[in-house]
Amino acid sequence: MVDAAPKLSVRDLTVRYGDFTALDRISLDVLPNEIFGIIGPANSGKTSFLRALNRMEEFQPSMKVEGKIYFNGQDITAVRNVYRLRQKVGVVFPLPVGLPMSIYENVAFGPRLAGVRKRSELDEIVERCLRRAALWDEVKDRLNALGSLLSGGQQQRLTIARALSQDPELLLLDEFSIAVDPVTTMRIEDVLRELKDEVTIILVTNLVQQARRLADRTAFFLESELVEVGVTEDLFTGPVVDQRTRDYVEGRFG
Amino acid sequence: MQTDLDARGFDWYMDRAVAVGVFVGGISAIVFIIGIFLFVTREGLSFVIGPMDLKEFFGSIAWRPTSIRNPTYGILALMAGTASVTGLAMLVAVPFSLGAAIYIAEFATGRTREALKVLVELLAAIPSVVWGFIGLSIMNPLIIDLFDVPIGLTVLNAGVILGLMAAPIMTTIAEDALKAVPDSYREAAEAMGATRWQVVFQVVLPAAKNGLMAAILLGVGRGFGETMAVLMASGHSINIPTSPFDSVRALTATIAAELGDTAVGSDHYGVLFTLGIFLFLVTFVINLTADLVVRGVREQ
Amino acid sequence: MSMFAETSLNQRNRRVEWLVRATFLMMTIILIVPVALILGVLVTKGAPALSWEFLTAVPREGMTAGGIMPALVGTIWIVLVALIASVPIGVAAAIYLSEYAPDNWLTRVINLAIINLAGVPSIVHALFGLGAFVTFAGFGTSILAASLTLAVMTLPVVIVSTRESLQSVPHAFREACWNMGATKWQTIRRVVLPNSISGILTGVILEVSRTAGETAPIMFTGAAFFLPFLPQSVFDQTMAMSLHLYVVSTQVPNVPEALPYGVALVLILMVLTMNATSIAFRVYLRGKRKW
Repeated sequence: MVDAAPKLSVRDLTVRYGDFTALDRISLDVLPNEIFGIIGPANSGKTSFLRALNRMEEFQPSMKVEGKIYFNGQDITAVRNVYRLRQKVGVVFPLPVGLPMSIYENVAFGPRLAGVRKRSELDEIVERCLRRAALWDEVKDRLNALGSLLSGGQQQRLTIARALSQDPELLLLDEFSIAVDPVTTMRIEDVLRELKDEVTIILVTNLVQQARRLADRTAFFLESELVEVGVTEDLFTGPVVDQRTRDYVEGRFG
Repeated sequence: MQTDLDARGFDWYMDRAVAVGVFVGGISAIVFIIGIFLFVTREGLSFVIGPMDLKEFFGSIAWRPTSIRNPTYGILALMAGTASVTGLAMLVAVPFSLGAAIYIAEFATGRTREALKVLVELLAAIPSVVWGFIGLSIMNPLIIDLFDVPIGLTVLNAGVILGLMAAPIMTTIAEDALKAVPDSYREAAEAMGATRWQVVFQVVLPAAKNGLMAAILLGVGRGFGETMAVLMASGHSINIPTSPFDSVRALTATIAAELGDTAVGSDHYGVLFTLGIFLFLVTFVINLTADLVVRGVREQ
Repeated sequence: MSMFAETSLNQRNRRVEWLVRATFLMMTIILIVPVALILGVLVTKGAPALSWEFLTAVPREGMTAGGIMPALVGTIWIVLVALIASVPIGVAAAIYLSEYAPDNWLTRVINLAIINLAGVPSIVHALFGLGAFVTFAGFGTSILAASLTLAVMTLPVVIVSTRESLQSVPHAFREACWNMGATKWQTIRRVVLPNSISGILTGVILEVSRTAGETAPIMFTGAAFFLPFLPQSVFDQTMAMSLHLYVVSTQVPNVPEALPYGVALVLILMVLTMNATSIAFRVYLRGKRKW
């Protein structure tokens, strides 16, 4: 696995918002079909990292990105059709957003963008994605209800279902469990383990134990810098390069 | 290396096309405002570079554009007409619309508030020709009876009508300005034991000062540019008024009344367009000032 | 004495509070009551003139008798053509300002132009229409020229109300769509517009009411004093309600008193009905939010 060509290579990635540097020259590789964890305290640059991967600087005039990001070997900072890129990258952010359309249409939105028209095909995608996001049983009888009026936890799972609906190659999750109860969190974690066979997952989490449960390798971000990246278990029990990593995972600061 | 991330399909080009299309729509507003200035100037230019005498234009009260032997084009009396009517209108509209705005924004609650807002909005919708008709057929006899004067189509009539017309708009803008003052200001003052009216006078009004100024300015602009109501209610006689019971004639009304009888390209036609340039420039300055005043608020 | 008993200062404050409140209420009432009275007079004096014949007959005997049908139909023509011209431009401009415009000098200039377009006196719009559409473009005095003049004049109404309803759709919905790989236009078409279309309609109704009542801009561009025929195309002149009211109340001798009141009443009913519809629509929409 270690020998495979990386799914994602980040080189000297710097993200700025005006004068504030949110990420300072980060370089790291993410391998195919691994769950790559990112941990670190608030405002350490984790979310900015994900935003850069989906070229979200285009939504936010103050956000400036420098450096290279290679996705399947191709530099995404220079692709000619950024929408195609975003279709291949699924994102889930901590604040869930159910679009103001039916639950069904929320999940069918992405496939429709990609040109899927056949009802039976859409039905199949909607059911599969809602099942995977552990939401199907709760909503299967009211797929025409508004997605934006579901509870926070349900909207979060709807967002996950929507992110899965385009069969992304890369799935970015940012503290997805904030709005979800612990039982559902566990169910989604199981789903992520299954998904690993098809998708490469980057999991930003403020829960160190969640990274330990799920991630194959984990990076530790602190104050806009990458402190350390390695096999997850090593950060907890093995030798660490930087003592701050051990202090963080053991909860001495946070 | 070309991959499918570089392929641009229908949706990509559609998106670009729409971006260009809506941009054209966006700049159309600029095109139109420049177009208004250019076309009005184009028709008025022959007068401006021809018979126009700046001293006479602004300094003379003799407006005799149809005189065959010796036409004169002095707009002083017309300006006095516009100024007197607008001034009286503001005298009526400013206190009452600010008072109403304060009541609606700071004292009224719930359904009363909503009902008052709807009412004010409906008042603002009454067309100016209907206001003119009201001045002509309701206010006119009323003024004659009340004050025992020979005619009721006067500064008083047009001023009151214009005041009633401008008040709803000023109320709406002023109320927006008051609502824009953050609730935290009010809460902070109330927490210190201030009563409602103390909060209003000592906190809200000073904070909303610029917005209220802008409301008044826009009201002035509105009164200045109003045509039909002033045409019908002011008596339309060239006069420097010395009392509210004098008839006057306004700049706007002059254009409306005379343009139909002029030959295209004549001096009379040209001078009416020149009045248009003047009106355009004055309202432009008023609107610009109001905008700068409001911008001053945002920068605080 | 208990700690919370009223001091004399408190009592005085309460009296002042009551007085201030009453004063402002009075000012509000003084603003509204005269208008209500005036409208009452309009209704009582205008109602006798209203009849089926009044609405469906052409004016007769030098406009001192008969009905207002050509003016009514003419106003509908003028309003419709003005809408066809201004709504697409206005909605496009609003989409640009709400969804695309960066925060730069050009956007500020556009906003300033909109404010000025709304603030320029209607008679100046009339001069513009005469110079640009009647003379320069060669449309002559026609419905087309009058409607285009009104379209330019009421453009700010459409732009401002449309922009407001577009911006009432939360930004998070847009980002969610963009993150799915939707283009800006796909996002606007599938999420932003469907959720603001009713607000846009409200603005359009408001524009209709505004357009129907305007007089000065159409006086020299397309509206005729007296023309007892219905227009056949947009290149014809036509009578219009607003100008008709001006004409019968100032230009025609020996008009029976009830006639201009009847015209004024019909005009104001048209305008206020549309305004009330727009307001009712807005209140109804506020009651059924989708988020």
